Amino acid sequence: MEFNFSEDQQLLQQAVRDFLAGECTPAAVRELWETETGRSKAFWSQLAEIGVPGLLVPEDHGGLGMDERDMVLVLEEAGRAALAEPVISTAAVGVPLLVELGESGQTEFAKKWLGRVAGGEALLAVGYEQSPFVADAHVADLLLLPQGKDLHAVERGDISVTAQPSNDQSQRLFSVDWSPSEKTCVAQGTEGAALQAAAFDRGVLACAAEQLGVGQQLIDMAALYTSQRQQFGVAIGTFQAVKHRLANAKVQVEYARAVVYRAAHSAATGSAQRSADVSMAKVMAGEAALFATKEALQVHGAIGYTYEQDLHVWMKRAWSLDLAFGSGAWHRARLADAIIDGQGPANAFGYCAPGN
Amino acid sequence: MDLTYTQEQENFRQEARQWLEANVPSEPLASFDTPEGFEAHRQWEHKLNSGGWAMVPWPMEYGGRGANLLEWLIFEEEYYRVGAPGRVNQNGIFLLGPTIMEYGSPEQKARFLPKMASSEEVWAQGWSEPNAGSDMANIQATAITDGDAYVINGQKTWASRGAYAHWLFGMFRTDPDSSRHHGLTFILVPLDTPGITVRPIEKINGKKAFAEVFFDNARVPLDNRLGDEGQGWSVAMATAGFERGLMLRSPSRFQNTARKLVELYRKTLAAGGFVDPSLRDRVTRCWVEAEAYTLNTYQTVSRLMAGDKIGAEASLNKIFWSELDIRMHEAALSLLGARGELRPGAPGAEGVDDWLDGFIFALAGPIYAGTNEIQRNIIAERILGMPRK
Repeated sequence: MEFNFSEDQQLLQQAVRDFLAGECTPAAVRELWETETGRSKAFWSQLAEIGVPGLLVPEDHGGLGMDERDMVLVLEEAGRAALAEPVISTAAVGVPLLVELGESGQTEFAKKWLGRVAGGEALLAVGYEQSPFVADAHVADLLLLPQGKDLHAVERGDISVTAQPSNDQSQRLFSVDWSPSEKTCVAQGTEGAALQAAAFDRGVLACAAEQLGVGQQLIDMAALYTSQRQQFGVAIGTFQAVKHRLANAKVQVEYARAVVYRAAHSAATGSAQRSADVSMAKVMAGEAALFATKEALQVHGAIGYTYEQDLHVWMKRAWSLDLAFGSGAWHRARLADAIIDGQGPANAFGYCAPGN
Repeated sequence: MDLTYTQEQENFRQEARQWLEANVPSEPLASFDTPEGFEAHRQWEHKLNSGGWAMVPWPMEYGGRGANLLEWLIFEEEYYRVGAPGRVNQNGIFLLGPTIMEYGSPEQKARFLPKMASSEEVWAQGWSEPNAGSDMANIQATAITDGDAYVINGQKTWASRGAYAHWLFGMFRTDPDSSRHHGLTFILVPLDTPGITVRPIEKINGKKAFAEVFFDNARVPLDNRLGDEGQGWSVAMATAGFERGLMLRSPSRFQNTARKLVELYRKTLAAGGFVDPSLRDRVTRCWVEAEAYTLNTYQTVSRLMAGDKIGAEASLNKIFWSELDIRMHEAALSLLGARGELRPGAPGAEGVDDWLDGFIFALAGPIYAGTNEIQRNIIAERILGMPRK
């Protein structure tokens, strides 16, 4: 039983944090917002150089061969920096789906794409049945889309997209018009459904990890602002009414953290409780991030409500992440079904599931 | 990161489970806030100790089992699984014990720890005074050196377990000219010392859970000082860290409550009674949050076992478990409906379990061990770096 991340994992997290602190500034994010795609090929190439898109690509396909326990730390940093690139679509969800497709017989197909993704030359987008939209469909070279239980792989030339502008300018959503055919089908029936479920759960985990980073960043921004802003002759951060709001937000973020890390472990090890564990992660981290938006906004006062101040860059991440890969409410319902109606997931490390 | 138990840990669990299943009293003991319940709980502690299970993480020489913190967590899971009695000496074993381990002289360790482990000596806390509650640095009770003894005068209050305990630990002002955090000393006081009067205080359920303690020229040997003279605040902060942080409320306590809550929900629904539709979500949240508390504790234990220390983050724990405990009991009382107010023993109280007592106990959580408002100040100032002034 070891909950700590290894030294290598901590170094990876620090490297990504340092890189994003330098390159993914709020000004850079806002600049991307003004572009047509909202995505930067140059920046993606830089991310590829430090290994982000290929993190989960096996080493013999040109990747780093890591697993969700590494990825979770990278995504936490992506959230902290409000990174607007398709890390979730491509690196956290698309790649492992391709790996699993390769393992289930689509060997050549997977090999061809995984190498290109690891090198930063190709982007992926993944659809899932809980949402009518596909994120990053406009820049994806390959889209993995559900059709009932079946899973299809469609190249960019074979689709047309309609933009669905989001409140979060970092989030690029699209309706995708495409035609499923025998040729596009890469997994059928129960196999296709299992692949879809695993991909969805990885998306849930990825959102939760970003939500952790977003929540922490909102608290840090608010703590800094209230330590500087003076009213009544003192920093407003000296007032308990202000302190306690941010302390409450901190409690929520910290109690989401271990839940998210455990979910990463469950995803990486193929635990039978994976779905419940990622749902718990998204419920806890999502609510923490949403709560942090409200407290951070309130203690900023009117300036936090302006477009000029950067707070909304993260607030919008918190809002859109809550809706991606199943809303918080959807996951609470899935958990209630498991805990109350079903046998329920076993307690963490515990001795008995409900009802035993 | 590897969240699986080793074979050795699984074996430890089996060993603990077998002993507990064979030895836990079949009937619940009377409350340890009654004279007969206090003695019954001491008897149970004596039994635990003779089985070597009283203080699992302590070194063997002091009456412990020499287990690590992870094994302690496993033991706690098994302890709550079988519904074993509450720990009457928790102030001693979970709070003072670790503090003596850190600050005590070899003589003090040998003198106090084994009798604490066996509950031959039960400990009360002596932090608060009438004018030193949340503002603990305002302590006014004095302990003035006179020959080989401290002469103690003043008053302590809200001394948990004070009504029946044998010893009290607390902070006293050894330098009468000092103020605030300075000039305080941590002293271990036998409550049968002449000059000490203990007056029990009933809590809202009428049970004598705590006491006020009056000191009138009570002489206590200088050897009963823990840590250096004038360093009481640092010693007390270590104790408070154990209290708010790891030891006092192990996660299995809340996992067990959450499990019972899920069962109560299912039972109530199956019985066809009215169930507020929001309760499904509330019960689910409680279960998830108990999981979150467990996971957080395992993470903390991993960190401590790797050599880290517990710091201000203990304040995060205290807020989380104390407020979760209330939410769980509120949900249960809502599920019980009209029977939720029945005292145990009422003819119609079958199946109400101990939710009402648990609720009343839970209400104290955000107050004791430093109010949650004080914890929020600590989080804001020491974790988030917000300004004190």
